Amino acid sequence: MSPPRIHEAPLLRVENLSVGFGPRDKVNEVVRGVSFSVQSGRCLAIVGESGSGKTVTARTLVGLTGERSHVAADRLELNGISLLGLSNRRWRTVRGAEIGFVLQDALVSLDPLRKVGKEIAEPLRIHGWGDRSKREEKVIELLREVGVPEPEMRARQLPHELSGGLRQRALIASAIAMDPGLLVADEPTTALDVTVQAQILALLQKTKERGRGLILISHDLAVVSRLADEVAVMRLGEIVEQGPVEQILRAPQHPYTKALLDAVPAAHSKGTRLAPLVEGAYIPAGDPQVPTVIDTRSPIITAEDLVKTFRGPDGVSRAAVDHVSLEIRPGETLGIVGESGSGKTTTARIVLALLDPDSGNVTLRGKPWTTLKEKDRRQRRRRVSVVYQDPLSSFDPRWTVRRIVDDAIAEEDYKGKEQRLGRVKELLGHVGIGAELLDRRPLQLSGGQRQRVAIARALAPEPELIVCDEPVSALDVSIQAQVLDLLADLQSELKIAYLFISHDLGVIYHVSDRVLVMKDGRVVESGSADEVFKAPQAEYTQKLLAALPRLDRTETERKAVPA
Amino acid sequence: MSTAIDPNAIGAPLPGGAPASAAGSRLSARVRGVRPAVALSVLFLALIVIAAIVPSLLTKGDPLGVNLAHSLQSPSLEFPFGTDQSGRSVYTRVIYGARESVLIGLGATAVGLGLAALLGVAAGLGGKVVDGGINRLLEVLFSFPGLLLALFLVAVFGSGVSTQIIAVGIASAPGYARMIRGQVLQVKGADYVIASKALGHPPSRTLFKNILPNAFRPLVVLATLGVGQSIVWASALSFLGLGVAPPAPEWGAMLDAGKDYIQTAWWLTLFPGAAIVAFTLAASCLGRYLQRRIEGETY
Amino acid sequence: MSSATPSITHGGALEAPPRRRLPWQTAVKRVLGAIVVLWAAATLCFVLQELSPGDPAIAILGGSGARPTEQQLEQTNERYGLNDPVLERYGRFISNLATGDLGTSYQYKQPVTTLISEQVGPTLVLIFVSTALAWVIAVPLTLLTAGRGRARSSFGSGLEAFFAGVPPYWLGLVLLVVFAFELGWFPVTGGTSPDALLLPALTLALPLAGFLGQVTRDEFDRGLKQPFAISARTRGASENEVRRRHVLRHAMLPGITLTGWAIGATISGAVLVEIIYARPGLGQVLVNAVSNQDLPVVVGVTMLVALIYVVVNLLVDLLYVIVDPRLRTAGRAA
Repeated sequence: MSPPRIHEAPLLRVENLSVGFGPRDKVNEVVRGVSFSVQSGRCLAIVGESGSGKTVTARTLVGLTGERSHVAADRLELNGISLLGLSNRRWRTVRGAEIGFVLQDALVSLDPLRKVGKEIAEPLRIHGWGDRSKREEKVIELLREVGVPEPEMRARQLPHELSGGLRQRALIASAIAMDPGLLVADEPTTALDVTVQAQILALLQKTKERGRGLILISHDLAVVSRLADEVAVMRLGEIVEQGPVEQILRAPQHPYTKALLDAVPAAHSKGTRLAPLVEGAYIPAGDPQVPTVIDTRSPIITAEDLVKTFRGPDGVSRAAVDHVSLEIRPGETLGIVGESGSGKTTTARIVLALLDPDSGNVTLRGKPWTTLKEKDRRQRRRRVSVVYQDPLSSFDPRWTVRRIVDDAIAEEDYKGKEQRLGRVKELLGHVGIGAELLDRRPLQLSGGQRQRVAIARALAPEPELIVCDEPVSALDVSIQAQVLDLLADLQSELKIAYLFISHDLGVIYHVSDRVLVMKDGRVVESGSADEVFKAPQAEYTQKLLAALPRLDRTETERKAVPA
Repeated sequence: MSTAIDPNAIGAPLPGGAPASAAGSRLSARVRGVRPAVALSVLFLALIVIAAIVPSLLTKGDPLGVNLAHSLQSPSLEFPFGTDQSGRSVYTRVIYGARESVLIGLGATAVGLGLAALLGVAAGLGGKVVDGGINRLLEVLFSFPGLLLALFLVAVFGSGVSTQIIAVGIASAPGYARMIRGQVLQVKGADYVIASKALGHPPSRTLFKNILPNAFRPLVVLATLGVGQSIVWASALSFLGLGVAPPAPEWGAMLDAGKDYIQTAWWLTLFPGAAIVAFTLAASCLGRYLQRRIEGETY
Repeated sequence: MSSATPSITHGGALEAPPRRRLPWQTAVKRVLGAIVVLWAAATLCFVLQELSPGDPAIAILGGSGARPTEQQLEQTNERYGLNDPVLERYGRFISNLATGDLGTSYQYKQPVTTLISEQVGPTLVLIFVSTALAWVIAVPLTLLTAGRGRARSSFGSGLEAFFAGVPPYWLGLVLLVVFAFELGWFPVTGGTSPDALLLPALTLALPLAGFLGQVTRDEFDRGLKQPFAISARTRGASENEVRRRHVLRHAMLPGITLTGWAIGATISGAVLVEIIYARPGLGQVLVNAVSNQDLPVVVGVTMLVALIYVVVNLLVDLLYVIVDPRLRTAGRAA
């Protein structure tokens, strides 16, 4: 690894940047007083949650904030040349040629109707580079450079014909085609599996080592820690802290940064609160520090040898669930972790009896569950509840919060409007939602509030087990922390068991007592959380853990390129 | 409450990147911009409803009274829309025609939507077989485009108002049926329907409390747009001489009668036609506004 | 923040590698489907015909005004095979259709096929010219006005909304008055010359253009904001390039699917337009037949239209696969 070129003057200098939107007399400032600089061969990461202004800042660097925007700064310079007040025409010479931009999710960021090769050649064509045949050669060369095998074939394909990782590489190729000095990557690894994510980060590392300056925008501190030299933390449009990555991670100064780091669930956070308790919030009766005593004698759910095959669109049958057995005991949390296509979701659907297995069966408290007819099963459904990944779509769009929760309350236990309303309020209180939100519709709530309502709904039938299907994947880190804390509190108070599905290893480690690791429909590893994460036996688990960006490693460990 | 670090979205829109397009949610911009047009539409439609129910409020003349002395006079103060070949005030006939045209339009829309709702719901909720069968039926009906089916039915059952209503209704049904079917299928597969099942609710409860109310939401929009469309088709039939029998003051029939005098008495065709156009525009404007409102609520 | 993870409620099925679907398999399936639809349409025609309350023999003999005698009625029934059992008549009906025999007109006593083939030409010309004209109007209008600021796009969409809602017969009358009578630019009554084609075609094309324009514009507006458009801009593409090279293709997709339906709508409009402009064609034939309850002619025209509609849809389906290559390799149903 050659030392990065260090120039005297920074590649990009930003001083006191503000960006606002709206009509001239009523400008709404979204970014305020932001200053940073980037050197060639170094990476600056801008980290923040939704609404922090990080994406707007990134777009400002390529002049794509939109016509209704007002951009002002004391200094905004690339290689000493000011980017303030540039005309559209001037901007077009800068974009693609001096600054490259990589968006997230190549499936929609590459034109789905155009061949990959054409997309990569586009910046070359726009900036008048070479003729057609030379450009075609260059495209092949670029694809090779970013590590796409069989580049000639791939260049002629459409984006959806490539896998997620290859697509993202192609997108990066299109951004570096003209060899710009600065590359801005906005959440380049979201929507990718952990192993693929690691490869893309390694690729970005490579471009950095070639001497390019890199700005990485992300919400994920762990991802950022692998690549960044400097980190700037943004919140509500301002940078609250910035500095070398080691300092930010090890010795954060600002309370927001500290809270953000604390909120990340991982090995070291197990058993602790992720988010600080707030005044006036519901204080649970239980104490999450005290481990729950697990009763191993009578499991709630026993699944034996489940098999479920699907016929793919090409006619080939594949096993989504391939001889999976599991057991969920009262009061414990069983986590299932796996990448997309691992079969964890299908397994959960079978456990919920929303899907019939081809063979194998599930029993609920010793009695048949999946073999029952639906009408016999119906009244026992209240024992098993669900919290969905996307609460918005799991709510009837016309219903208010009150109706959503009321709908889930068992008819027999609470009769009469008074009683039911009281129970609704009680449930909402448990999850920290006040009565003033009773008549709101889901659209009028924030993401965190919606998930809390979803949890309240899941609690309403007084279940023994709640299946949590990626319940925090769509939430900001800090909100995620609150929701995970809430789930832990509820578990210790009400002694509910959880079946927790997630692709996020850190989350699974943090919440689970026992863990199943799934790949291609099979359970490749199972055991207690500590066993699986600290001493993984299966090769796949080891690979996953090696690829996982983690905050608690040393610098060399973090920056090592995975195999 | 316990929202220590919950940054609610700051009002700024995420820039779409297009330098020349309006920032700010497209939805609110459209709704804002459309307001005056929507208000106008509602006003106009209200006027038409009054004309249909109490025409004497808006005109004192007699739509059927013949007075040859005034035949074919161009628009004046006394006859704001001129007179036709029998000396009748075109304005009066247009006002009275509102009742004919609107009733036919409403009737046809009711027939069409009713039939469509039956077919659409059956297709969406029935199993693969029922859906497949109804889908085939719709495909076949679609191969008789628009007016053609209505014409066929008139050929079979003879012309007249009742055939007109039923023919236009049946002809418009396939289009709506397909839309309703799509809506039902979408709702059926929605997460909240699955959530309802997971809660242990019987399918009948899910059907009546979740599926049907959500599937029928867009019907209001369809009905509004539909009445305009039905009136156009119904008057097309009248225009061809296949609908209402003269001398009834239906707008389409007036157009038919007037087209022979088109070179000399342009007012005979302009005003009834303008009434039809204005009604259709108002109905579709209102319909689209409602559609955006509904979409805004569910998305 | 993964949005692509399958959850309990969607997905969970596996990502299969895309496989190229052999083009002729789809084509054959579609053609067979089209034939089935035509057959079903014919059956529907037959059923409706059977439901007619009138007595066909009376209609053949000139209507009830002609007061045919019992004997004449009997003879007619025999000659036209009207007394045969239903299934036999149905079989004859279908086999005749398959060979192109559309029966004999009640009114003119001539084979329907002859009557139609004499008049079908101008109508077909009108339909296809109108549809082409509609596209020629809609696409540039959208390109020029979509997403270019409040004023321009409101103007564009307002224009489209107006024309989409305008009844073709009224528009026809207005155009006739303004351009033919008042300005004298075009001939008043039709022949089949290109001169006489323009106004009728325009009458049909404008509402269709309005409708196509609305659909294309909506898709265009959305496309301008999509991530791939943003990517193009970050590479240095000008707005024009983004619009022409990227968004336009996406925007035209829904319009293409609707062309099949659009041609159908144009056919019904053509009927009206031909009456207004006194243009020879199927329109006159059809309306005449309808008012005289000359069912064989009505059935004949209807089946012809159904045939045109089905064939056009077939072509559009196949064309769509070429335009949207995602359908070539993905196994999903659109």
